[in-house]
Amino acid sequence: MSEILKEFTTVVPFWEPRVKPVVLAEATPEQLEAMKVTVSDTKIGNYTLVLALDPETLQQRTPLFNGIMFHHGGLSRAETEFGAVAASVVNECIYCAAVHANRYNQLTKDESVMDLIFADRKDANLDDRQKSMLNFSTKLSQSPLEADKADVERMVENGLGLDEIFDLTLSTSIFAWANRLMHILGEPHPQP
Amino acid sequence: MDIFQTVVAKASGITADSALASVFSARADLMELTENSHEASLRPKSPGGLSHAERAGLACRMAKLNNDSALVTHYESLFGDGSQSLADTSFDGGSDARLKAIIRHTDLITTKPKEAAAGDVLALQSVGMNDPDIVRLSQLIAFLSYQIRVVHSLRLMAEVA
Repeated sequence: MSEILKEFTTVVPFWEPRVKPVVLAEATPEQLEAMKVTVSDTKIGNYTLVLALDPETLQQRTPLFNGIMFHHGGLSRAETEFGAVAASVVNECIYCAAVHANRYNQLTKDESVMDLIFADRKDANLDDRQKSMLNFSTKLSQSPLEADKADVERMVENGLGLDEIFDLTLSTSIFAWANRLMHILGEPHPQP
Repeated sequence: MDIFQTVVAKASGITADSALASVFSARADLMELTENSHEASLRPKSPGGLSHAERAGLACRMAKLNNDSALVTHYESLFGDGSQSLADTSFDGGSDARLKAIIRHTDLITTKPKEAAAGDVLALQSVGMNDPDIVRLSQLIAFLSYQIRVVHSLRLMAEVA
């Protein structure tokens, strides 16, 4: 097996599980039901097969995750991905950071924002709106109490509505969740 | 489901009369799924090798590690036999190797997830935890990490609204 990737990248790595995934042919009806609600209908990845070991949580988590990332109204799709990346950078989840930086770049056709965040993390020199978002998402990810009222006010001053701030909260927080699965239950390797 | 009766709404103090009520209601579907995730993480029909009482104790411990007194109180209300000791942040599992490994893992992943390494999953396997239970524990820790952040941010937003 190749070395574990330690550096941020926008090339999506291969995720190698550290626990034994469900074997699809041996899945229980409850596991099949929980996996069915996944958006990816082309093939079931190792990540879903690992989470199917606990079908009750997977059954709820998949629609929650998809609802947060693909909501209607509120924060734009790209800025929702921005929250996911900010969390993943704090938690050094190389896999999640790659997937969602890649999506951000596809949506915005601009790689400079993600390049800056990968290089300088919380100190990335972005525009004022994105700086205020990065500041908030970074603090919320590190330790929630680090984020305070002034951090929310700064986002409001830079044009974010409270609906958008709620969406940013949800995307940042769902990656507090996702990072604690992907970065623990498996590891990123270069694609074979 | 009344989203103002969910754990997140009650812990963050959001009510139907709050200035934030319309923003909160606009994501009612996500708040319902968050509440369902709470049930699946804390009181699953099939708890496997991680009992409801152990889950409540660990959830309370994680709320304490994040200084969230409202969630501490909530999880105390779910306590059963054995919850109390797990919720005591000065308790490291003592002579019980399984509890010791679970507590060490919970504290590490709650506060310093980036430090996790392959050895941390092996440490759980070496005290006899099977892979489904390792996923159950991971989901519990991950859910709490999500919930604590949503609740804290809603409180800050309510101050600004």
